[in-house]
Amino acid sequence: MSELAIRLRGVVKRYGPITAVDGLDLDVPEGTCVGLLGPNGAGKSTTMRLLTAQAIADDGELEVLGFRLPGESKQARAQLGVVPQLDNLDVTLTVEQNLLVFTHLYRVDRAHRRDAIERALELAKLGDRRDSRVDKLSGGMRRRLLIARALVHRPRLVLLDEPTVGLDPQVRQELWALIDALRSEGTTLLMSTHYIEEAQRLADTVMIMSHGSAVAAGPPSELVLEHAGREVLEVYGPPAKLAEVEAEAGAEGLRTRRTGTSISILGVDGDVNGFRHEGERRPANLEDVFVLLTGEEIG
Amino acid sequence: MAVAVEPRPERIGRLERRAIIGVLVREVVNFSSYWKSATFSSTVEPTIYLLAFGFGFGSLVSTIGGYDYVEFVGTGTVATAVIFSSAFPAMFGTFVKYQFQRTYDAILAAPVDTEELVTAEALWIATRAGVYGCVPMLVAMLFGLDPHWSMLFVPFIAWLAGYGWACFGIAIAGWAKSIENFSYIVSAVLTPLFLVAGTFFPLDGLPRWAQVLGAVNPLHQCVVLVRHAAFGLMEWSDLWRVAYLTGFALLVWRIAIRLMTRKLVD
Repeated sequence: MSELAIRLRGVVKRYGPITAVDGLDLDVPEGTCVGLLGPNGAGKSTTMRLLTAQAIADDGELEVLGFRLPGESKQARAQLGVVPQLDNLDVTLTVEQNLLVFTHLYRVDRAHRRDAIERALELAKLGDRRDSRVDKLSGGMRRRLLIARALVHRPRLVLLDEPTVGLDPQVRQELWALIDALRSEGTTLLMSTHYIEEAQRLADTVMIMSHGSAVAAGPPSELVLEHAGREVLEVYGPPAKLAEVEAEAGAEGLRTRRTGTSISILGVDGDVNGFRHEGERRPANLEDVFVLLTGEEIG
Repeated sequence: MAVAVEPRPERIGRLERRAIIGVLVREVVNFSSYWKSATFSSTVEPTIYLLAFGFGFGSLVSTIGGYDYVEFVGTGTVATAVIFSSAFPAMFGTFVKYQFQRTYDAILAAPVDTEELVTAEALWIATRAGVYGCVPMLVAMLFGLDPHWSMLFVPFIAWLAGYGWACFGIAIAGWAKSIENFSYIVSAVLTPLFLVAGTFFPLDGLPRWAQVLGAVNPLHQCVVLVRHAAFGLMEWSDLWRVAYLTGFALLVWRIAIRLMTRKLVD
């Protein structure tokens, strides 16, 4: 029987007149990686804060690793690793000192502290930089340390809040490899992101969030098939032509999305009678689903 | 076959030793990177007061209550050192860690609650105040203050007062919307309390209202206790002063926890 590492039901969080999380249901089965995908302001970060009881829900049920929040959140946090969106390492300390502090905060026994630090250094590939001060590290190294820091106590569940935001594509690939390694070790992961590719590559299940609630959930490939079909026709041209194509496609009952210089016509699987426009055919992807469901472009 | 962690039997521990130690370890390890500047500001500043007032006023006033003015000021500035090394670092340090470094986000994601966080931070600052607080007295000894066994109480008095002022500083950081708000507190609260503490001049010469203000000023109680300890004048009634400082510390401790919880937990 697969247990749920996270179980949210009808969770509501308001900040004054703004409802940041609006009746959210979320299941994260143990041993899987779930991606929360949504534009900025969709409620992803608030959801993350709710899971560590740094925000308290106004309504709904929250369970993390079998503990009810917020009452039992401390037990949950003891088995939870958190990688925050904003780097909050102690910059005047060395890599090793940062890890040492967290072995204490996460109550790693004295006998295992040394091993925990070595394992984290190895994981983050920072063994040769152990004595470097954090403010001397590159952005990618800092992010790797931030992830390794969350793992010193071998958590059962790891929360990653926008783990690669603001990084170069190359560094992002590096981090994906690191996160993928965790996943294959069987650690349960919940990751928020607004990078489609990140969600598509790493997540077993993606939940698309918009305005504080889930608009769709499922394995990336199924979501694509269900909402955007197999293929997409990408038509390029001047704005006037695009508008014309859009209207035509609408008349055919086809869904479209504008992408700056082109228009994408979704679900053009096989032949679509009477709709003949020159364009590039490409496989549908998660981005199509995302834009279709949230009505928002990726920032 | 999940490793069954039976949910919800035990009551969640409050003020757990391991959580407090975790936060203290972070402070101690960090201290290794900035101890020079912290030690410099916490010791040099009160020493300058001591020298400036001791020799400046000392040329006009030779004795107060039978003591050399340098000895009078030297013991009084222990309290100055305490407030400089507790209230100020607590205000600024807490605000910076909360707002700019986001350290508290990382700590509260670990099994540490706000109550433990505030307590650990105050314990650490109080310990520094206990040590730094002794510096002016040691300097005064160089200028002729005679040693007395009851001076051994001074670090503990400084620690107790430091705990209260650390919590005061944390509470202010919890209350302040921006770091600019601190100027109100420094000008309207800390400076008057620091001047009406009996550090540089005895309070008996002041108008009645100022004497009353002085009596409720925890810093003044600290000054009196330190002088009694340094001059070998400890008496049973000093226990009331200790009780007063303890009460002050406990009160602002709870207030600091309340305000920081409001700030850190949405």
